[in-house]
Amino acid sequence: MTGTDETTVGTELPPLVLPPISRTTLALFGPASGDLNPIHLDLDVARSAGLDDVFAHGMLSAAHLGRLLTGWVDQRRIRSLSTRFVAVTPVHGQPTCTGRVVSVTEVDGERRAELALAVTLADGTTTLTGTAVVALEEL
Amino acid sequence: MSPTAVDPSVVGRVLPEREVEVERGRLRSFALAIGETDPVYTDVDAARAAGHPDLPVPPTFLFGVGLGRGAEQDFGWIAELGIDIRAVLHGDQAFTYHALAHAGDVLTLAPRIVDVYSRKGGALQFVVRETAVRRADGTPVADLRETLVVREITA
Repeated sequence: MTGTDETTVGTELPPLVLPPISRTTLALFGPASGDLNPIHLDLDVARSAGLDDVFAHGMLSAAHLGRLLTGWVDQRRIRSLSTRFVAVTPVHGQPTCTGRVVSVTEVDGERRAELALAVTLADGTTTLTGTAVVALEEL
Repeated sequence: MSPTAVDPSVVGRVLPEREVEVERGRLRSFALAIGETDPVYTDVDAARAAGHPDLPVPPTFLFGVGLGRGAEQDFGWIAELGIDIRAVLHGDQAFTYHALAHAGDVLTLAPRIVDVYSRKGGALQFVVRETAVRRADGTPVADLRETLVVREITA
């Protein structure tokens, strides 16, 4: 279902299941997003920082949460999106984005849903948590 | 070793404003990288049919709209704080939206450092930056807030 006037507290968004993160994805996402931090792209730099490997951009998972939202409501209804990066996503990690309505309120003449968001890997690790506010429909 | 302490007097520092044009090609590359399948984000005709003047800028794209010039330029403001970019993790990122931006828009980014603090006896430091994004005509597009975490490098 999409965000409508039937949306209530507890409504779950359809999960967005992503394929495993490949090195190709990281190589594409860096220049496309503008995030050229070499720690996501260059194994030598990652090792020089004491890491075993590169890891995915946090903003890649944030962008996937964006897809979760825009797959549910028209982007013009998104009022805010906030994410916290709680664990890194390793190469080959397989993320799934989920969202659930935690409150519905009326603000500025529109009904808004507050969503609790998460990105979790197949092994159960939560990599991102977040919140978003979307307008359900104009009153 | 613990990272060098960030001087708290940088709180309030206004960083240089930048103007950037949103490019269709970059939006399409972004859509490809994130697996976007909605044609509104890649096909101008589909975008217009949905009421957009051009390809819409997706929700998190604004984080990097002013980046991509190379790590030295992009992260120069971090280096100026005495921070090694390899030690930086993205702690959180928030967006408050006022209006959609679209391909072709020229956006002004106005960043400033709003907070610096440390935890765990200085082993972790936090730098918070806010960036106001507006269109050339002054219309507010979004307010961004990011927290960077500076960790210890054990290498």
